[in-house]
Amino acid sequence: MAEAQVRNFNINFGPQHPAAHGVLRLVLELDGEVVERVDPHIGLLHRGTEKLIEARTYLQAMPYFDRLDYCAPMNQEHAYCLAIERLAGITVPRRAQLIRVLYSEIGRILSHMLNVTTQAMDVGALTPPLWGFEERERLMVFYERASGSRMHAAYFRPGGVHQDLPDQLVNDIGDWLDPFLKTIDDLDALLSENRIFKQRNVDIGVVSLEDAWKWGFSGVMVRGSGAAWDLRKSQPYECYDELEFDIPIGKNGDCYDRYHIRMEEMRQSARIMRQCVEKLKVEHGPVLSTQGKFAPPRRGDMKQSMEALIHHFKLYTEGFKVPAGDIYAAVEAPKGEFGVYLVSDGSNKPYRVKIRAPGFAHLQAMDYLCRGHQLADVSAVLGSLDIVFGEVDR
Amino acid sequence: MSEALNQIAEAVKAALPGEAEPTIAYGDVALTVAAERIVDVVTKLRDDPALQFISFIDVCGVDYPERENRFDVVYHLLSPKKNARIRLKVETDDTTPVPSITGVFPGADWFEREAYDLYGILFSGHPELRRLLTDYGFDGHPLRKDFPMTGFVEVRYDDAEKRVIYEPVKLNQEFRSFDFLSPWEGTTYVLPGDEKAKAN
Repeated sequence: MAEAQVRNFNINFGPQHPAAHGVLRLVLELDGEVVERVDPHIGLLHRGTEKLIEARTYLQAMPYFDRLDYCAPMNQEHAYCLAIERLAGITVPRRAQLIRVLYSEIGRILSHMLNVTTQAMDVGALTPPLWGFEERERLMVFYERASGSRMHAAYFRPGGVHQDLPDQLVNDIGDWLDPFLKTIDDLDALLSENRIFKQRNVDIGVVSLEDAWKWGFSGVMVRGSGAAWDLRKSQPYECYDELEFDIPIGKNGDCYDRYHIRMEEMRQSARIMRQCVEKLKVEHGPVLSTQGKFAPPRRGDMKQSMEALIHHFKLYTEGFKVPAGDIYAAVEAPKGEFGVYLVSDGSNKPYRVKIRAPGFAHLQAMDYLCRGHQLADVSAVLGSLDIVFGEVDR
Repeated sequence: MSEALNQIAEAVKAALPGEAEPTIAYGDVALTVAAERIVDVVTKLRDDPALQFISFIDVCGVDYPERENRFDVVYHLLSPKKNARIRLKVETDDTTPVPSITGVFPGADWFEREAYDLYGILFSGHPELRRLLTDYGFDGHPLRKDFPMTGFVEVRYDDAEKRVIYEPVKLNQEFRSFDFLSPWEGTTYVLPGDEKAKAN
């Protein structure tokens, strides 16, 4: 029998593909159904955020951070605010810290809920997204009630948050927690022992811990490989050090472990939120720094005080100045370590803002993760990396 | 906090004899390194048992056009064991390549490609230094300070030709950059009309 001509096969996965989670173009080199090489082409959503920020004042740059990882907008704002606050030495009032933590955890649930359910969809299950998105919708209403906007909140400010939460909203968030835990249990029942879900995820995309660190992984990606590393515990910011929560870690470093970690993190987030709600019910006070040079005065003061009016005018035209220097501030965003490297030249605009997005580091390892896997596993791996193109392309 | 930082700075000094003194500012240990030493320094920081900066965080460029070596390449590493971060800075210009650290940290691959794409910083020994974020066939390095905010070309779909075409950018309104810096303090220039006041 004559030898058949065998050659590798190149296909384009995306940019328009529901499992590509946005605008990813993967050039796959296949040998039959086995992936030989993956070449992700990114940048289709590149908006030049870093360039735009350089031309705006510190406060004007804030809303750009919502548009990075648009599944958890406030977590990004948080990193940016922390960088400015540390450089300028602004102290954040207690109540503002609690609100920030509360909303960061809402962001974590928003993001994990999206990821877990769409990961299930990538491997063929349609019910989880329908159930999960109902809860996401409720969370977005909480976003809206605090900031006026469902996604692009622009709610955090250097020195606190924009507005105080009404008591009713705090109560409603507290009431939401128990039904939510029930939904998580339902999702758990749908997926965790599901035969197809396990077949598609167990032992797929295994990462060893050593490799995870080398590749610049963070967040769920290193915890799945067994590192008890969470910036909320190890380098606590805001009031995380006085809140009780556990860090779930995995054993095998595969997609299935990462799924379990995300599920458990949502429960832990709910636990943190409950503590914040209890504290917010009793602790009142300012939600924005009272240093007039960095935070605007309250509307009421402006009617009475000349100085407040001047501060307001100066803050919204010139903006505040941040002392010269550079700083790296990172938060534990849902997807991993989201960092902001801020270089200030002492003027009212940032000289350079480098956005260190976790998804960027995770996506570049696609080749390493997928090599030798089957074509169908590519979407399972991609799903468990938790990629959002807003932050990858910036 | 500062105690732990001092310990890390001491350990860095011990691990890297002959390098510049590490500095501590705003809770970060920082170090300036000569470009040709970077791979060596990064390897030592990773392998030294007292440091163990095994986690790669970030590589990025910063542009200072007025300097002779106009670019800073800034590296961030993390040591999960010691719970510490370090920042390394390397100076270079637009023709001198910096040795790539992809051999030490494979995760640096895209970060260096990004720095090349956006700043035109060259890395020697990088497996494939091609553009990453910008369009296929893009010209220029957009994050340089002398690259205009509006860019040079714009893209539209041409219905007659049935394809996407590139044209020089046309602005209906000129790009405006407002100078809000205080006229009362901090300006180094003379405001128009103020020359006479200054002369008196």
